[in-house]
Amino acid sequence: MLRLFFAALSGGIFGIGLLLSGMTDTLRVQGFLDVWGAWDPTLAFVLGGAILPMALAWRVAASRETSVLGTPMPHPGQGPLDARLVVGSILFGAGWAIAGLCPGPALASLSFGGSEGIIFLFAMVPGMVTAAGLARPKDGDTAWTSAR
Amino acid sequence: MIQPEWIWGLAGGGLIGLAAAMFLLVQGRVMGISGILGGLVDGSGHRRLGENLAFVGGLVGGPALYVWWHPGFATQISSELWVLLAGGFLVGLGTRLANGCTSGHGVCGISRLSRRGIGASAVYVGVGMLSISVLRHVWGIV
Repeated sequence: MLRLFFAALSGGIFGIGLLLSGMTDTLRVQGFLDVWGAWDPTLAFVLGGAILPMALAWRVAASRETSVLGTPMPHPGQGPLDARLVVGSILFGAGWAIAGLCPGPALASLSFGGSEGIIFLFAMVPGMVTAAGLARPKDGDTAWTSAR
Repeated sequence: MIQPEWIWGLAGGGLIGLAAAMFLLVQGRVMGISGILGGLVDGSGHRRLGENLAFVGGLVGGPALYVWWHPGFATQISSELWVLLAGGFLVGLGTRLANGCTSGHGVCGISRLSRRGIGASAVYVGVGMLSISVLRHVWGIV
């Protein structure tokens, strides 16, 4: 029960952070990518603001074997920069530019994003299923959590 | 000149980092949205089904409550069908192939100086900038 509560709390704080930082506004995200137009650096501030507390958290995590709720603490190492990572990131970058949304903001804006946001989210599903068909990851988590 | 959007960006970014820090230290997990969502879609995250659903519930519900309290947010997303379908498909396919998106590779990866996180982020930001250049300034369609 506690695990569910804290998972929902993390999700809620993350979503409100995305909302307040302006990252659910697709024009702001595209404005960051548009270096030839009226460049909008906001996304860099968001990333900077998020990386600082997270870097501190990794430091704390490094000396712990278990999390507060008793699960094993992940100690991911350095994985390889393989073709899957590069090809996937190229495709993601193109899609991100086209619509101005990535998975987090797509979910965070679901309640006010209208039918367009719902269509975008549903269009992600066949993409995710295709990727799973190409090579199924070992777990739902990112590769570098399993690459110890 | 410092713009108010930058301050909001920094503050909102701080909340994003706080959420990721909490997910790591309390839950013992790396906060990657494409991984959590993809695990729900393709069934690979079945061992953490409840937790993943609770996280997504908070991610959708938190902003919903905030917007209900303080209306005036908009995604300003294009209503062109090809943008929504192609954008969504590429984001879904790409993030799952790369095993991460802006949260997993960006926030959680860069903050621990992960080679994969930094490499992936450099590629998707670079390709994103290149794509916008072509789509907006050459073809004028986005």
